[in-house]
Amino acid sequence: MLIPVIIGVTFIVYSIMFFTPGDPALIILGENAPEEQVEKLREEMGLNDPFIIQYLRFLKNALKGDFGRSYSTRKPVFNEVFSRFPATLKLSTAGLLLAVAIGIPIGIISATRQYSLLDSITMVLALLGVSMPNFWLGLMLILLFSVRLGLLPSGGDVGFASLILPAITLGTGVAAIITRMTRSSMLEVIRQDYIRTARAKGVAERRVINKHALKNALIPVVTVIGLQFGYLLGGAVLTETVFSWPGVGRLMVEAIKQKDTPVVLASVIFMSVVFSIVNLLVDILYAFLDPRIKSQYR
Amino acid sequence: MSSSVTTEKDTNLKSQAGKKRSQWGEVWRRLKKNHMAMIGLIIMIILILLAVFANQIADYEEVAIKQNTANRLQGPSRENWLGTDNFGRDIFARIIHGGRISLMVGVVAVGIAVLIGGTLGAIAGFYGGRVDNLIMRAMDIFLAIPSILLAIAIVTALGANLFNLMLAIGISSIPGYARIVRASVLTVKDQEFIEAARAIGASDFRIITKHIIPNALAPVIVQGTLGVATAILSTAGLSFIGLGVPKPRPEWGSMLSDGRTYLWEASHITTFPGLAIVITILALNLLGDGLRDALDPRLKQ
Amino acid sequence: MSDNILEIKDLVVHYITDEGVVEAVNGLNMTLKRGETLGLVGETGAGKTTTALSILRLVPNPPGKIISGEIHFDGENLLELSEEEMRSIRGNKISMIFQDPMTSLNPVMTVGEQIAEGIEIHQGLSTDEAMEKAHEMLELVGIPRERAIDYPHQFSGGMKQRVVIAIALACNPSLLIADEPTTALDVTIQAQVLELMRNLREEFNTAMILITHDLGIVAETCDKVAVMYAGEVIEYATLEQLFENPKHPYTIGLFGSIPSLEHDVERLKPIKGLMPDPTNLPSGCPFHPRCSHAQDICKERKPIVTNIEEGHMVKCLIYEGVIEAKEVL
Repeated sequence: MLIPVIIGVTFIVYSIMFFTPGDPALIILGENAPEEQVEKLREEMGLNDPFIIQYLRFLKNALKGDFGRSYSTRKPVFNEVFSRFPATLKLSTAGLLLAVAIGIPIGIISATRQYSLLDSITMVLALLGVSMPNFWLGLMLILLFSVRLGLLPSGGDVGFASLILPAITLGTGVAAIITRMTRSSMLEVIRQDYIRTARAKGVAERRVINKHALKNALIPVVTVIGLQFGYLLGGAVLTETVFSWPGVGRLMVEAIKQKDTPVVLASVIFMSVVFSIVNLLVDILYAFLDPRIKSQYR
Repeated sequence: MSSSVTTEKDTNLKSQAGKKRSQWGEVWRRLKKNHMAMIGLIIMIILILLAVFANQIADYEEVAIKQNTANRLQGPSRENWLGTDNFGRDIFARIIHGGRISLMVGVVAVGIAVLIGGTLGAIAGFYGGRVDNLIMRAMDIFLAIPSILLAIAIVTALGANLFNLMLAIGISSIPGYARIVRASVLTVKDQEFIEAARAIGASDFRIITKHIIPNALAPVIVQGTLGVATAILSTAGLSFIGLGVPKPRPEWGSMLSDGRTYLWEASHITTFPGLAIVITILALNLLGDGLRDALDPRLKQ
Repeated sequence: MSDNILEIKDLVVHYITDEGVVEAVNGLNMTLKRGETLGLVGETGAGKTTTALSILRLVPNPPGKIISGEIHFDGENLLELSEEEMRSIRGNKISMIFQDPMTSLNPVMTVGEQIAEGIEIHQGLSTDEAMEKAHEMLELVGIPRERAIDYPHQFSGGMKQRVVIAIALACNPSLLIADEPTTALDVTIQAQVLELMRNLREEFNTAMILITHDLGIVAETCDKVAVMYAGEVIEYATLEQLFENPKHPYTIGLFGSIPSLEHDVERLKPIKGLMPDPTNLPSGCPFHPRCSHAQDICKERKPIVTNIEEGHMVKCLIYEGVIEAKEVL
């Protein structure tokens, strides 16, 4: 399932980027390059071939890890993107871990005390969390912790301290979504007949929650977490811009400004592939959590 | 030997038409009881009024666009409620005019997504089989691309302007609506009243427009409300990285981006447009959540 | 110790919702002797399940609330126990079998774990010992012990209900409450499950409350019958008394709506009308709007319990001598 998705993704993104105005040959050679030189490069780059030929050539090369060369640096695009990937992975993983570590426990506590003061406060905060653009949150955090208090660095990837603000920025929205999802899933599960069966067996309330309800409630939450990873990768583009974080997202934004299409193309494809792989992993984890799915695979 | 005691449940045969009309009244009654949703609705009405009468409140050319460098980076005051930006323009005026763009992009983008996604989902669900398979696999591929990245790619390719922004954000949220509509079509499709309609010779078109669309409406309304919020966030995000409407047109995301340079000396340039986004998104989320509860009473305790 | 294992006195349970107060149980009285089986009969919404959940103190709260009354089990008022004391009774001395086996089992735990859990909690056994006992319980209900490691979705409906029965009987309870245990099952499976329950009940000498709307099952299984209407027991009798000599117009109506093999009847006579809205119960006798004998006084005066003979009680103004029946009952 992964391979057709990746091929489909490359096709969609390649088709979109194909329509980018501006002649790549002109961008590489500069506006004032002589006509015949431009035409020669166009022929060399295969820009005069029909779309489908160009796409298949792109796909063939892409499968070998060759995404062409950057218009601006003339370096192989794949290496550029790949060398930036660890920073993005570090940031998104930190954001996700933070979100899971906050979202799941708070969601559970909130559900078990539905309508309590704690539940209300949590729900208001979670609603604020999903309503805040993360780049604005990032700026506000910089304003408070870097500009006013001078506690944490405002940008760059320079050790653990520099990871804190970007990770909070990226993780807050996802934490809020996971909190809401965990809470509602837990409330749904608590109403199920099998929870009543457990109570009728004399199982203590704590164990009802931790043993009977939690595993069932986490099944939909895991799916959401997988889907949110896509949001994290997308959000990383903005967060990396705010914090000058040297990841794929920032590379992409710079490439957009320089009309460096191959880099934009490769970045989008790269992140989509990572997202697809994460979703595949989530499916496997899912089977581990839900015996009904496990037995389908047997 | 088994013999049932239950008497026939014969009361639920009230006229279907009367039920249909009162159903929306019932939804509104439930929504009215939800204070949070009503707060969201009231905020949205105020925001829409501000956007509609933006020109009456603050002249676009004179107040929101014209530079007045002598009066730059001023904090909030009686003349400039939310202060001025780095070109001396009134931030309140720019926020109101920016709100026009945000709301317009949000609504139009969702409209595009509902129209295209809804149609695809309805076709997939209604005809099933290979058509369904083809459409939904294509949607899966779209979903594999994080939507903001897809929107970035489209705007990069087509060029940054208002129309392309709406198109990009609309297209990137198509799969969600296709899925929702398909799911509700599937649940409705096999119900007896559809078979009954078929039996009396109703055409596919009639079945889709008279029976299936009304039943898919509730989830689409909820998703659409929340979708406007997402679209506004995406608009601001794209503008923030320079892919929004061209300057000097005010847009919340680009205002934020401009303020970054002055975070130290004039943080209000960044704070206020951000607050405008937060309030709008919050209101839409409150309303969307409320609508969901009102439309699906099963979820309510 | 008295011979009554269970005595419910004036139980009132309400569900408090946005739409109003649902009066699910209104002054219910009931007694059950050791080892006896009581059939609790009535239409959907009569308050049967709420009564059962009240005994275990598992009425979902909110919105449900036990307003007043007493539930004496083995001489102890369950409503005065602490939550912890109550937990040591649930699944141990009182067990419940729920209506829908499809949803009563936890989908992510093996059936073995689910049976062993109650045993482990109540009998202080180790996990392994509890699991061994769980295997024995599985065999007792006719499922091979090897299947203990399987998950609920790998079982059919009838098999799931057997697992539910194994969970309920695992600690040899002195009272078993079965809430329509066979409604969700196919007719052939129903007979097997009922047979199993009857045998196990006799083997363990367990008292049982069987909730059902099926008079056929009552006739096969029960010693006593309580007919519920709008949250009250309106007639209580032994099986013979009730089947040979039903008194309350509602009970008679129930029999009138059943096809009989022995008598040729022109038409079945369903009880006219519907169960009253529990948020807005009729005044006086709750059955009066549907009763063919009803007179004006029935709207005002609430009937009290009248003893017809030893062990046969009814709540109807006819037997209080206040009104006269329109035809011979």
